[in-house]
Amino acid sequence: MKPLRKLFKIRGGVHPDDHKGRTAQSSIEDMPMPALLHIPLQQHIGSPASPMVKRGDRVLKGQLLAHSQGMISAPVHAPTSGRIVGVGNYPAHHPSGLSVHTITLQPDGADRWIEGEAPPTDPFALEPEEIATRVAAAGIVGMGGATFPSAVKLNLRSRYCLETLVINGAECEPYLTCDDRLMREESAAVIDGIRIMAYALGVKRVIIGIENNKPEAQAAMQAAAEAFPEIEIARLPARYPMGSEKHLVQTVTGVETPARGLTADIGVVVHNVATAYAVHDALRFGRPLISRVVTISGGAIRLPKNLRVLIGTPIEELITHCGGYSETPERLISGGPMMGQPLPGTRVPIIKGSNGVLALTVRETKAEEAMPCIRCASCVKACPCGLVPLEMANYIRSGDLEGAVAYGLMDCISCGSCAFVCPSNIRLVQFFNYAKGELTARQRAEHTQNETRRLAEARTIRLERQKQAKREAMARRKQAQEAAKQAKQAAEARAQQAARTGS
Amino acid sequence: MVAALVSLMILGLSLGVLLGVAARVFKVEGNPLEAEIEAMLPGSQCGQCGFPGCSPAAAAVANGKAPVTLCPPGGRNLAQALANKLGVTVDLSGVEDQMPIYAHIREGLCIGCTKCFKRCPTDAIMGAHEQIHVVFRDACTGCKKCFEVCPTECIEMRPIEPTTQTWYWSKPLEAG
Repeated sequence: MKPLRKLFKIRGGVHPDDHKGRTAQSSIEDMPMPALLHIPLQQHIGSPASPMVKRGDRVLKGQLLAHSQGMISAPVHAPTSGRIVGVGNYPAHHPSGLSVHTITLQPDGADRWIEGEAPPTDPFALEPEEIATRVAAAGIVGMGGATFPSAVKLNLRSRYCLETLVINGAECEPYLTCDDRLMREESAAVIDGIRIMAYALGVKRVIIGIENNKPEAQAAMQAAAEAFPEIEIARLPARYPMGSEKHLVQTVTGVETPARGLTADIGVVVHNVATAYAVHDALRFGRPLISRVVTISGGAIRLPKNLRVLIGTPIEELITHCGGYSETPERLISGGPMMGQPLPGTRVPIIKGSNGVLALTVRETKAEEAMPCIRCASCVKACPCGLVPLEMANYIRSGDLEGAVAYGLMDCISCGSCAFVCPSNIRLVQFFNYAKGELTARQRAEHTQNETRRLAEARTIRLERQKQAKREAMARRKQAQEAAKQAKQAAEARAQQAARTGS
Repeated sequence: MVAALVSLMILGLSLGVLLGVAARVFKVEGNPLEAEIEAMLPGSQCGQCGFPGCSPAAAAVANGKAPVTLCPPGGRNLAQALANKLGVTVDLSGVEDQMPIYAHIREGLCIGCTKCFKRCPTDAIMGAHEQIHVVFRDACTGCKKCFEVCPTECIEMRPIEPTTQTWYWSKPLEAG
């Protein structure tokens, strides 16, 4: 037994009722094959994947459907064998209710794998860059919900001096138990994925952070990691937002990430346990990321479950599989109740970053009307980033976004702790999300304006150059004509003179 | 008497020298307001305001010869920003916020006349004689110059729809 790691305190945070008991004891179940799969081409941060199949094509399980384009992007693979019945727009797994480019696949039921190149027997014999390349080819993205392409993070060793890999098994969001179950049931595979990632990053120390409300997961991971002295399990106090990357790193290492910086600045890379599992699958078996574990829970779900779901499965099928609604849900949420986003409907598919689908009842939501701020400063006490949410919200309310930025808006992680404790039910996080979006939109507009100006100037310069060239050509032609004329005159004069002398 | 004359003379001379030096050191080329206003305008030289480009338009606004509401692509936001800059009050009721639009060429109707290609102020149209033309959507400012000259009416102005990348939460509504 290794000695317990000394933990460091973080500020703020809240203790929401965790509701994990509903699904914590139900093991991961395979979701039956749905009738149709809708696979969006944008399931990650970065540029969308570009489709390689067309309507009517037959594809095999694991076949590449769309390749990544650009530096930060991820490819998309077929979750099962079948026929492509459409490439077009379909409602996105996004609160806006907008549509995105989506490939629709009709499974043929055979579930036949594509014959790919055989995976290496030992990933540790590969070059670290090769591991990152394979992770990128498998379409693996951060599965804790951020969906940042994982290969980009595995390639950080060339630019940063890395020492520690922190594995995020905190799962601090209430209701969600998918990471908990994965750590309990697949601990050996998760540890293997973690070791592969540590090897790719070239780090000597791995810390797996798991909250104390998951003692079984802690024990399972401890047992699986016993043979590897470089891996430590940190038993984290259960507090929201312990799973926030920067707060997790501060808790286990005691070093705070600089404001608006990356954890790589302090030599730490953070990956999620589900990502580690996907890396194991990709490197040991050559399987791309085509399924994930999702928690279906909430007071309105009759039989809450943890399901292994193919990417692209419509949410309505998951809810039906979980016995449907026991009452009409007040709110349908993707992710946890603290940071999750409302879903526009049940037609939308499961994507790589969806860790939970919650159907919450009226009693579970906080839908009271917002009241004026009483300046109780509960939000200041709860903010894990040391900000003053009430002042920031005041600036945004009056339209002074720069004032909010000066108060640290860009350090806000939108964790929702402030809105959770607010006795006046002020929509603090929505203020911050609005302000961040508005600022990004303004930046984008400014960028477009600068580009437009540059293009217009380039055009003026080009037209000027063309005119100049025309003038010069004209002048040259005139000169040539003049010279020809003079030559002709001279020749004539010579001829006349010759005639005169001759006669 | 002499003391008064001398002291006043010294005072006058020294102040005169000071003013002369100041006029040289702090000399301002042109009206700085024009440059500031030009930086606020879209800069696409689209000519929808009636001036030949953004620079003459900025000069006219700075000299008070044109209203702050002159720029249709800028919309209400720009009119308000210009009014704040110049310290004038503005009636925004007449200013319409244009939906962001872009030009799209219906390829089936394009005859390759190069009329639109020649007029595009941002070089957002690619094409050649008797070849089908295309619009680079990112470079198009939606100024409608091409739309007006197309002999086959094959250009349509389409609204730029928000995407999941550009969408963001609206400001929360609050009572009181």
